[in-house]
Amino acid sequence: MTGYVIRRLAILPLTLFVVSFFTFAIARYGPGDPVTIAAGQVRDPEVLERIRHERGLDGTIFEQYQRWAVRALEGDFGESFIQRGYSVRELVVPKMIVSAQLNVLSIVFVFVIGVPLGMLAAWFQGKWIDPLIISSLLFLSAIPVLVILPPIQWLLAVRFHIIPVGGWGGLIDIYWIAGVIAVPIPNPHLYLPLIVLTVPGFSGVARLVRITALQVAREDYVRTARAKGLTETTVALRHVLPNAMLPLVTAIGLSLAGIVEGSYFTETLLGIPGIGAFTFESVRSRDYDVILATTLIVAVFFIVMNLLTDLAYARIDPRVRLGASNLS
Amino acid sequence: MTIAAPAAANSPAEAAASRGSVALFWERLRKKKLAMMSLMVIVLIYGGGILAPVIAPYSYTQQNIDQALQGPSRAHPLGTDRLGRDMLSRALYSARTTLVVSVAVLVSGSLIIGNGLGLIAGYRGGWVDNTIMRVGEVFSSLPGLPMLILVNAALSPRVDEFAKWAGRLPGGGGVVHDFASYISIFAALSLFFWVGTARYVRSLVLQLRERDFILAAQALGASTPRILVRHLLPNIAFIVVLQLSATLGSVAGTEVALTWFGVGVQPPTPSFGAMIYDGSGTRTFQAYPHLLLVPGIFVSLLLFAFALLGDAINDVIRER
Repeated sequence: MTGYVIRRLAILPLTLFVVSFFTFAIARYGPGDPVTIAAGQVRDPEVLERIRHERGLDGTIFEQYQRWAVRALEGDFGESFIQRGYSVRELVVPKMIVSAQLNVLSIVFVFVIGVPLGMLAAWFQGKWIDPLIISSLLFLSAIPVLVILPPIQWLLAVRFHIIPVGGWGGLIDIYWIAGVIAVPIPNPHLYLPLIVLTVPGFSGVARLVRITALQVAREDYVRTARAKGLTETTVALRHVLPNAMLPLVTAIGLSLAGIVEGSYFTETLLGIPGIGAFTFESVRSRDYDVILATTLIVAVFFIVMNLLTDLAYARIDPRVRLGASNLS
Repeated sequence: MTIAAPAAANSPAEAAASRGSVALFWERLRKKKLAMMSLMVIVLIYGGGILAPVIAPYSYTQQNIDQALQGPSRAHPLGTDRLGRDMLSRALYSARTTLVVSVAVLVSGSLIIGNGLGLIAGYRGGWVDNTIMRVGEVFSSLPGLPMLILVNAALSPRVDEFAKWAGRLPGGGGVVHDFASYISIFAALSLFFWVGTARYVRSLVLQLRERDFILAAQALGASTPRILVRHLLPNIAFIVVLQLSATLGSVAGTEVALTWFGVGVQPPTPSFGAMIYDGSGTRTFQAYPHLLLVPGIFVSLLLFAFALLGDAINDVIRER
């Protein structure tokens, strides 16, 4: 196990280097010279040259990358080209916090609702309920977020005024009873993004739980449990479910990837000040240092998630860490 | 299925086996009703795309401001958009765009790059294998959507320049110009979609590498390229194509998402992503729901059909 962890950790810096250089090079060769954007109306060659130097955009791409990487390692990702006077860090950190809250909450709900649905489908295997659950979940996950969001938003927010149209207000809201007693309730701004981000994730989790539960149900110890005279419910909840949960570790990474991708659209459409909406804005306005920083943050997050997933998988399945990856 | 056919010329025994597996596969798939229905939906939508120039009632650019934002009527079965363009025609041409992009990505990214690298990695092993797989690991750890947005944003102006240059060429320049709007998105997608195929092909090759007919070919002094192309490829082609068709949906979905972001297929080429973008917004949806529903239903049906078909195909492959 230790050897496998070391092997995986050893290529981590290499991956980070490749990703950051790749992103950097694309951003630099992208359309629109950031210097002319930063200069605004000014077209004086001397001024342009000065800005180029200040921003560290002179010299070869390798020199530029080196300068940028050294500063980035110290936590300085430069200054926004569009929102003058703000460092990228100042802009990105609050948005990261918002996105992180939303995404963590979503992944929790994906599992809290997806696992019981999968167990339910496995329980009713062979009856019409099983294919009904699985195929309706599959259908819900096939509808792209950007198609389903406006109708739901219209229905719940505009037509029935149940929830706010969009925006963000933190996780907890205070509800005043008679203006005296304060009761903390979940912020109503959360419902819409949570629905849109979690529903497509159910099918993956539920199908995995269903398939592993059906495998586990054929094991000898489950038959023993039944032979002892335990009720079907006890067998399902105490013997099948815990063992079917194990492979779910690997689904966390995949689900989270789906949620992160979904939040690009959700945040943009709902006006939530998170990383996704910010990336969208910065790509539109060609704010290169911001694009670089946001892409890298998400990339690092993905890499670490992948690593953790693989490590968890190796812990469960010895074949992976013993280098028998040839057979996979 | 057509891919497996040329194998007949190379090694009769193997070809017979693979022709048998094609028939077997088809027989098994035909029993799955859902899969057949999905296949029909896909064929209908993509067929509409292929035949768009013939069956679309209007051109996708033909504007008629007098009749803008109308609901369904006899003249326009699915209504008209903001510029009075016929929604049905635009949807059909969008299906064409999706078809072109997803098939192009599959052929270039998966079949050529993925298949080629997978074959080499699996057959050669050692440091070649290690290098290819590590590079694949880097690519697969990149966050898909933002990287695609970035790559596409960087590529598209250069492709536009290329298209302008190609448009001035005598003769075949026109064709290149027509397809230029697809090039950047398909290049960017290919860059990310090869990894899965490469891994899959590699695992298949590893199973075949030590088999007698490969050893015999080696003993007879066949060169590596010859073994790869004539002996290994025909044996895995069918199953790889099957596996790929299961992933077509995700390519199509990504194309829609990218175009929605404004970095995919560029107007005036119609795309579901752009149509959905035009129709999103709560007020717009309240006033003109057909703007979102028409492309939305097409895309959702297509993706759902692909998901069901992909599941069925994977089931059948596993049954083998």
